[in-house]
Amino acid sequence: MSFPLLTATAALPAIGAVATAAVPAARRTAAKWLALAFSLGTLVLAGIALARFEPGGSRYQLTESHAWIKDFGVRYELGVDGIGLALMALTALLIPFVILAGWHDADPLETNSSRWRPTQGFFALILMVEAMVVLSFVATDVFLFYILFEAMLIPMYFLIGGFGDRAHSGSDENAAAQRSYAAVKFLLYNLVGGLIMLAAVIGLYVVAGTFSLSEIAAARADGSLTMATSTERWLFLGFFFAFAVKAPLWPLHTWLPNAMGEATTPVAVLITAVVDKVGTFAMLRFCLQLFPEASKWATPVVLVLALISIIYGALLAVGQRDIKRLIAYASISHFGFIILGIFAMTSQGQSGATLYMVNHGISTAALMLVAGFLITRRGSRLIADYGGVQKVAPVLAGTFLIGGLATLSLPGLAPFVSEFLVLVGAFAAYPAVGIIATTGIVLAAIYVLVLYQRTMTGPVKAEVQGMADLKVRELVVVVPLIALLIFLGVYPKPLTEIVNPAVQHTMSDVQKKDPQPEVEAAK
Amino acid sequence: MENLIALLVAAPLLGAVVLLCGGRRLDRVGHWLGTALAGASFVVAVVLFTDMLGRSADDRALHQKLFSWIPVEGFQADVAFQLDQLSMTFVLLITSVGTLIHIYSIGYMEHDERRRRFFGYLNLFVAAMLILVIADNYLLLYVGWEGVGLASYLLIGFWQHKPSAATAAKKAFLVNRVGDMGLSIAIMLMFTTFGTFAFGPVLEATGETSEGKLTAIGLMLLLAACGKSAQVPLQSWLGDAMEGPTPVSALIHAATMVTAGVYLIVRSGAIFNGAPDAQLVVVVVGAVTLLFGAIVGCAKDDIKKALAGSTMSQIGYMILAAGLGPIGYVFAIMHLVTHGFFKAGLFLGAGSVMHGMNDEVDMRRYGGLRKYMPVTFVTFGLGYLAIIGFPGLSGFFSKDKIIEAAFAKGGTEGWILGAVTLLGAAITAFYMTRVMLMTFFGEKRWQPDAEGHDPHPHESPKSMTIPMIVLAFGSVFAGGFFSIGDRFLHWLEPVTGHSHGDAPVSATTVTAATMVVLVIGVAVAWVMYGRKAVPAVAPRGSLLTRAARRDLLQDDFNHVVLVRGGEHLTRSLVYVDHSLVDGVVNGTAASMGGLSGRLRKLQNGYARTYAVSMFGGTAVLIAATLLMRAV
Repeated sequence: MSFPLLTATAALPAIGAVATAAVPAARRTAAKWLALAFSLGTLVLAGIALARFEPGGSRYQLTESHAWIKDFGVRYELGVDGIGLALMALTALLIPFVILAGWHDADPLETNSSRWRPTQGFFALILMVEAMVVLSFVATDVFLFYILFEAMLIPMYFLIGGFGDRAHSGSDENAAAQRSYAAVKFLLYNLVGGLIMLAAVIGLYVVAGTFSLSEIAAARADGSLTMATSTERWLFLGFFFAFAVKAPLWPLHTWLPNAMGEATTPVAVLITAVVDKVGTFAMLRFCLQLFPEASKWATPVVLVLALISIIYGALLAVGQRDIKRLIAYASISHFGFIILGIFAMTSQGQSGATLYMVNHGISTAALMLVAGFLITRRGSRLIADYGGVQKVAPVLAGTFLIGGLATLSLPGLAPFVSEFLVLVGAFAAYPAVGIIATTGIVLAAIYVLVLYQRTMTGPVKAEVQGMADLKVRELVVVVPLIALLIFLGVYPKPLTEIVNPAVQHTMSDVQKKDPQPEVEAAK
Repeated sequence: MENLIALLVAAPLLGAVVLLCGGRRLDRVGHWLGTALAGASFVVAVVLFTDMLGRSADDRALHQKLFSWIPVEGFQADVAFQLDQLSMTFVLLITSVGTLIHIYSIGYMEHDERRRRFFGYLNLFVAAMLILVIADNYLLLYVGWEGVGLASYLLIGFWQHKPSAATAAKKAFLVNRVGDMGLSIAIMLMFTTFGTFAFGPVLEATGETSEGKLTAIGLMLLLAACGKSAQVPLQSWLGDAMEGPTPVSALIHAATMVTAGVYLIVRSGAIFNGAPDAQLVVVVVGAVTLLFGAIVGCAKDDIKKALAGSTMSQIGYMILAAGLGPIGYVFAIMHLVTHGFFKAGLFLGAGSVMHGMNDEVDMRRYGGLRKYMPVTFVTFGLGYLAIIGFPGLSGFFSKDKIIEAAFAKGGTEGWILGAVTLLGAAITAFYMTRVMLMTFFGEKRWQPDAEGHDPHPHESPKSMTIPMIVLAFGSVFAGGFFSIGDRFLHWLEPVTGHSHGDAPVSATTVTAATMVVLVIGVAVAWVMYGRKAVPAVAPRGSLLTRAARRDLLQDDFNHVVLVRGGEHLTRSLVYVDHSLVDGVVNGTAASMGGLSGRLRKLQNGYARTYAVSMFGGTAVLIAATLLMRAV
């Protein structure tokens, strides 16, 4: 038996979490380094998985399969296709930066408290989330995926509720109340989604008699498993609802701005760049693959909701006064693009959507983490409290601008590639949808440039005077992310190479062919 | 030889990276490095040009494919270049004027502590602009297209501490983004129609699709061109863009970037040739902008804004010519090149005047400067003569050709367009004479600046005057050089095609008419600003004058409709999201799951208890599943 690489990639951060939590209270710094080391180790394993993956090979690779709950046919079954692999790599890539960016965010306020170990807990929880997210990207058993999908809420809840952003307006008590409201809202929304999904998971088992993705897909393909139209639609809706909450799709999005606003910045990045991707990933993997007919049936409604998300999210971002909430609404707009690309059901749309998940992860991380550095310096999240930062901290302002330009999908940076693919893919199938979505590029420019203008330009505000520029630790966080944004913008081929074959599989699952161009078709 | 093409872009791009990431230690040499790399690009351009001249007219295009950019099923985008005569013309213009303006900036920005960064941005601009004109497909062109937009944004807002500069930069980017939407949609249409967006295959296959498709693509390309080239209705950003340092106005907002729209339309000639309706819209946009810009130019007292109005108007001429189809393509580009020389020269002259006048821009506070700045006066004066179309100078040849082509459109349209271009020529003569008289002639109307320093006008340093002299040469001789033996026509014709059209009047008649309107324009200006003393405070003026001072109310319109409307929309949406969407979703969940009581508890401070109990549930679920395995 070969080395269980995927299990190892998920297990390493889990072990890291336990080890970090066990570090004695006084050795806070050691706990941080330990967590960082484990996250880097995970990155190495993910890199090995990338290297071992053969783009032209079978659909799921590096597979592992063990019996788990025999009575219900639940198996511990893992495997990656290009899409899961790309997202696993993204997760493994971002966590070290999240840890490094949050280096001081969980330092105890009273240094002499010996029993309470917030720092250890903070980093252990982050690693725990990583373990669960990685495993959910490689799980090919529906029940196993469901367990992880739900279980990751627990560490996330504590990360949001237990470690608030220290930059807040109003009293500490008020902030604590808002924080726990945000955490509970996050939990409730996702639990309700999860419960409905649980019903659908059980329903699927009743119909299919197995939880194995590959077995169900094979049975559907050779006709030995047929579903009544209404059954398939109900099951689809059960899955889709849970994923739409997590993604999040309008109108189920309202938990995200609260959660991202109240959480510490690295946790906000964890939510939007990593955890939420499980939602859109699962739409591609489970909704389209298990319920192709129902997916096509639901397409018109999903596309409209995605369009609303794109425009509504962007307009709300324009109207925000709080930097972090602004980025949260921008993310809602971007998730609209991802879902649009998935349900356009064209090769360009789905490749674009997958690239979008990766690129959005990197660009939001860059923008949000720099925003976090800014907020920590001034102690306020309100845009109006800033002005003229570029004069005193030009490097901070410059990196913030690049993060912003990536967010507005400037050509040359990675998000442009994915956004254009999504747009062209949507346009090819539904021209009107593509054109409406294109207005998103103007709105994105508004919220990014208004944010930059109000915070970074103009006369230097008194409170901003003397603000320090980025420190070495912060540069180590930001510079690689920016380099990656540029690299994947200029040369996305390494990514498209692994993603394309997976997308072709999904396209044949839903039995869709790309619309042919008019002139070639005429020939 | 084709391997050299990438070098054109690589040199300035390297400069941008080094200068922007290099840090303070490069402060002392940054401007030299930036200038040298822009110059290197010019040298490569000259080598490629010489090589191109050595080959026959049909065999001049060079191709270089660097790598496959976005390989996705059914979608092929390459990073690949194409250098033909049209691209070569732009490359020479961009690198030559670009290098001159780098040199000029060494002196102009001498006292700015962020000069290194300025040169980094300038290099970035040159690289992006070159990508724009040598890309071999529309998607890579898009990269250059937004790249120059970014450079323009950074340079307009270079003095970011001034809120007006930051606002102007943002405005330019946003208005351009509306145009970029057009380019995006055009590329998508090409993809669904032709299955590709590379120049070669698309432009060869235009005959195989419907006129409707071509019209749609053409109109979307025009929208893009309107944004970048400041044509009505997306013109409002150009005047504000004058907040940028003057060399930027000269290079980006006069000579090169703003003419990208003309390039786009001429490059896409095959599409427009098959879409007469789209061409008609192009012509109308050009004609309207030509007059719009000219009228605005008449009313401005700010020397740079008067020149900006003029730029809009002159690009209107080019767009109009491009909309005429094969009759006008060559002349659109010829005017673009000569305009590049004389307008860049005029802006550098304006910068030189400002340099000597404590950065004063109000022409009502100039006067009599010809004695104090002789070189500036002479070079600016030659640019002035060129732009109004004084016989023998560059503008005379290129503008005259456009007016002829407008008449040659034929029919009623031809007469209308011919009349508009003639009227434009008269107004051009008027406003440029006004600028000339108010700045260099008449009495001194100088006033001390905000800190009470009296201006001591003086000639600018050599690094500034030499580029002005070189550009003045171009302003004088380029048009004649291009026209002898129809050189420029023969050079570009293999790419753009050419037809003579159907002229109702002879070329001599057109030239004579042009001379008449020229004299009228100059004479009226002389009566108003030469014979009488210029008042130091602007008179109230007629309704039209007042409207023209406010850019014909474009911003008032935008403010009321777009800005106010947008603010109301976003504000009400924020309210809706908070109270309605959130409320309805929570409410639905509550009514379905009996959660309302729990939500109330949550607000009463039982949140933690509640959450912990939820976890309990989940934990039990997980424990149960694990146990089942054990059993």
